[in-house]
Amino acid sequence: MNSFMAWIEQRLPFMDSMNKHAMQYPAPKNFNFWYVFGVLASVILVNQIVTGIWLTMNYEPSGEGAFASVEYIMRDVDYGWLLRYMHSTGASAFFIVIYLHMFRGVIYGSYQKPRELLWIFGMLIYLVLMAEAFMGYLLPWGNMSYWGAQVIISLFGAIPVIGEELTIWIKGDYVISGATLNRFFALHVVALPLVLVVLVFLHILALHEVGSNNPDGNDIKKPKGSVPLEEQSKFEFHEQYTKKYDIVDAIPFHPYYTVKDLVAIVIFLILFSWVMFFAPEGGGYFLEGPNFTPANGLKTPEHIAPVWYFGPFYTVLRVIPDKLIGMIGMFAAIGMLFALPWFDRGIVRSFRYRSKLHLFNLAQFAICFIALGVLGTMAASELANLAGRIATFGYFGFFVALWIYSKDEKTKPVPERVTG
Amino acid sequence: MSNVPVNNGRRRFLTAATSVVGGAGVVGLAVPFIGSWNPSARAKAAGAPVEVNVSKIEPGQLIRAEWRGKPVYVVRRTEDTLNSLAKHDDQLRDPKSEEAQQPEYATNEYRSIKPEFLVALGVCTHLGCAPTHHKGDFEQHVSGIKDGFFCPCHGSKFDMAGRVFQGVPAPLNLVVPDHSFPTDGTLLIGVAPGEA
Repeated sequence: MNSFMAWIEQRLPFMDSMNKHAMQYPAPKNFNFWYVFGVLASVILVNQIVTGIWLTMNYEPSGEGAFASVEYIMRDVDYGWLLRYMHSTGASAFFIVIYLHMFRGVIYGSYQKPRELLWIFGMLIYLVLMAEAFMGYLLPWGNMSYWGAQVIISLFGAIPVIGEELTIWIKGDYVISGATLNRFFALHVVALPLVLVVLVFLHILALHEVGSNNPDGNDIKKPKGSVPLEEQSKFEFHEQYTKKYDIVDAIPFHPYYTVKDLVAIVIFLILFSWVMFFAPEGGGYFLEGPNFTPANGLKTPEHIAPVWYFGPFYTVLRVIPDKLIGMIGMFAAIGMLFALPWFDRGIVRSFRYRSKLHLFNLAQFAICFIALGVLGTMAASELANLAGRIATFGYFGFFVALWIYSKDEKTKPVPERVTG
Repeated sequence: MSNVPVNNGRRRFLTAATSVVGGAGVVGLAVPFIGSWNPSARAKAAGAPVEVNVSKIEPGQLIRAEWRGKPVYVVRRTEDTLNSLAKHDDQLRDPKSEEAQQPEYATNEYRSIKPEFLVALGVCTHLGCAPTHHKGDFEQHVSGIKDGFFCPCHGSKFDMAGRVFQGVPAPLNLVVPDHSFPTDGTLLIGVAPGEA
């Protein structure tokens, strides 16, 4: 076996890569539960890809056949219902863990220098994921699929001059039709997953280049020669990391964090299975009621609500009483997140050592984001509009306020070493 | 490298020339990929005109026709409704139909060819939902006005000429498509008067 591995190693740096990215990768020893969501997202990505491949085996991407083929999968294909619920529950679970993963990055300042590019790759993953989810939601060809797509594609009609032509080009017809369904299918099952996998690869590569942040927001890589040997981490790390730095307070990713992550995965799978088996519709939030009737271009559902994970941005869109500005506002809400590393002009990363004002700003941001999400799934009313406007103000206010106070923020001293 | 005999001028020229030719190739290649997303010949053919028999519509009644896959509302407005249209101009965004949401021949106070027949796309100008027709119970949305259209998606409101009220997300009046009446009782959607 050893000689076989040696034979491989001479031709492909297999063990070397494994060491570099797992067995000898230095991870801060003080990760808390917030640090499991990246791994959980990878687990769900694998679930989505595998169940997705199996679903395409019986799904028929056409205006005439799509809805019936989903019913066929649910009723006649052995375990078809299970594969579909794994996929649909996985979609919502994906966004739950991604939102938690992003929030982790926000509170511990993991987007700050030198992790800006890592953050941007993450945001691109989030963006592609939203496109992926949006296109996937059209495929069952239910009435909510249809009208949801109608609303979102119409957004592009607000663009001056080319808007109308652009929506026809996207749809491939004067209305949403089988042509639209087929191209969304192609993008959903081939193009976007490829992009997603490449982006995830780049995200992890960038992470391992700059190293993981930790709840204290300080560095575990110290300048070479600055730390006495007895204070350095006792584990053996890959020379890629040790040749440039003295490493403190670190443990190898494998087996220490793989085992920890395994616990998280088990707990996650228990919760996931409970939803999948006992509440696959997620109370109408994961799979919406009107989607159990076929798409009908002549009849709009009484109340069009996006799937819950689009709620925050949808609320921003509809509380602005102007179509073009509403669309700009919605995309700006996502754009702000991309620019977060530059809105924050502070050098202290973790909220643990930042000002009370920052803590308050983080809290109001979280509350506003959740409020926007809840409002996005509710019917339009005067009161909901008012609440939505306040929450929109709070959402954008977070970034503006951060930019203003972070320059000369009163922070606490950050400890040299992690605090466990 | 410095000792290697290199003709930098030639190298730069070849790099630039290759890039330009390659770039042109990419642009050319993009044409079929982007073009294939346009509506196909079949989709275009399905956009043919639609004929509707309007002689049997009761006064005040709305019927839906389908044209290019979109709902077209045809309403036979009552005398009462027509008389009331001019009374709430101050509550509308575009009471005089100045935005080109209707053909020239329907740019009048009723937004129609024959005053009694409103022909409009049942597609909200906000985000494309189908507004619901409220006959007699529109006062819950706009006080003092009996009939109108209310979009269930985001609460946009339109009067019985398809004109949008102020303070709602929809920016424009409902679209009046090309239409004509070849005979008294038939409506042809998709063809302007005197065409075809």
